Amino acid sequence: MSDLLKTPLFALHEELGAKMVPFAGYAMPVQYPMGVLKEHLHTRSHAGLFDVSHMGQVILSGPSWDAVALGFESLVPMDVLGLQDGRQRYGLFTNDAGGIEDDLMFARRGDALFVVVNAACKKTDIARMQAKLPKELTVTEITDRALIAVQGPAAENALAALDVRAAEMRFMDVADLVLDGHPVWASRSGYTGEDGYEISVPADEAEALARILLAQDGVAPIGLGARDSLRLEAGLCLYGNDIDATTNPVAAGLNWAIQKVRRSGGEREGGFPGAAAVLEALSEGPGQRRVGLKPEGRAPMRAGVTIHDAAEGGALIGAVTSGGFGPTVGGPVAMGYVAARHAEQGTQLYGDLRGKRMPVEVVRLPFVPAKFKR
Amino acid sequence: MKFTEEHEWLREEDGTMVVGITTHAAEQLGDVVFVELPEEGTTVSKDDEVVVIESVKAASDILAPVDGEIVEVNSALTDNPGMVNDDPQGEAWFFKMTVSDTSQMDEFMDEAGYQKFIA
Repeated sequence: MSDLLKTPLFALHEELGAKMVPFAGYAMPVQYPMGVLKEHLHTRSHAGLFDVSHMGQVILSGPSWDAVALGFESLVPMDVLGLQDGRQRYGLFTNDAGGIEDDLMFARRGDALFVVVNAACKKTDIARMQAKLPKELTVTEITDRALIAVQGPAAENALAALDVRAAEMRFMDVADLVLDGHPVWASRSGYTGEDGYEISVPADEAEALARILLAQDGVAPIGLGARDSLRLEAGLCLYGNDIDATTNPVAAGLNWAIQKVRRSGGEREGGFPGAAAVLEALSEGPGQRRVGLKPEGRAPMRAGVTIHDAAEGGALIGAVTSGGFGPTVGGPVAMGYVAARHAEQGTQLYGDLRGKRMPVEVVRLPFVPAKFKR
Repeated sequence: MKFTEEHEWLREEDGTMVVGITTHAAEQLGDVVFVELPEEGTTVSKDDEVVVIESVKAASDILAPVDGEIVEVNSALTDNPGMVNDDPQGEAWFFKMTVSDTSQMDEFMDEAGYQKFIA
């Protein structure tokens, strides 16, 4: 653990009794004394505070909004130019084969973009931006800020008690708030399927802010273990598990993130890495699709479980990419990829569990409905 | 009560051995969400995988501590796997088995020895 990086909240995690584990080069809390199951349920019924400071925070700036937006559009298949000031979008860096190099959130702050990327990918993401964006743009990695997520039905009151403007934000809004004297960049978003916020705060104020947030009604510290089961129930992809450099965004069911203006016939069609492969998958349909998988019975099907089209013999048609126990569902939940012809909801398939074919049904994602404040 | 290096406990009861996992093991596993028990009447050899146990974190196996026959399983665990966290060294026993060769028990630890083993 000694070689691991520490977030600004490391000392607080230890004080709160967290079990620390290595994650993407950082020592991160996987759970607190409450335990994964109760932490998950607490987030859905009250609110959870998550340290996500390991994620990369980047500012992209340039001579004008148009220059910044059009520059960024050369790396992602999203409508960046059409993003209103104070709004955020989900995005993807693609590669020349149309695979996903990382998934990210980007927000417009005036004429600049504030980008949040995955911890494990941040070095290559930043190098890619520096190498490929027009020279008139400046890529600045923010290393002096922590990132704290507050998620769950009690999140709004927790933040509004400190700055009333928090309650006025809608899903995917970003705003500058002052939380008990701490100036922060807040977004009304997250990765649990719950309403909530992500808060970028100066590193040397992060612990004080986290303590204030934890003192609000219903807010408890939540570790990576519950973060994973929350996002799985919410049907959200974990980069490296459910999507990677070989995954076409269309196969991953992320079509909704690719706005019309970047698609065939759109005003700014293509013009991102792997556009040919992505646009072809959009028009022809992908060979495989990411689907929700609900195992029958109680046995979890975890990543790597193979999916077959018959209880005996038959063909290997896919695999689980994320799976486990869904505490809110009260049973096993999984997602994975299956051949497109088997991706219809209600299709009965079989997962190979320790040599036994166990029934699993293709279901609609998410397993737990999203509760965003749109 | 005897303890194994695989973090199982064995308690003699009416000529059979009742087998479960230790409090320490249950804490390490985290919240248990699934238990698959062997069939009663199964003949097992030491170190056979006899129980599948899954927590929110991972799947693991419980091995037969000795050679013998599974004579009874605690089917309450199937419907309520969380018992393993609530009372691992009491109510949440996994199975009862006969012991073919009692000399296989010689290497097991007593409570004090096990506490030292996990310290």
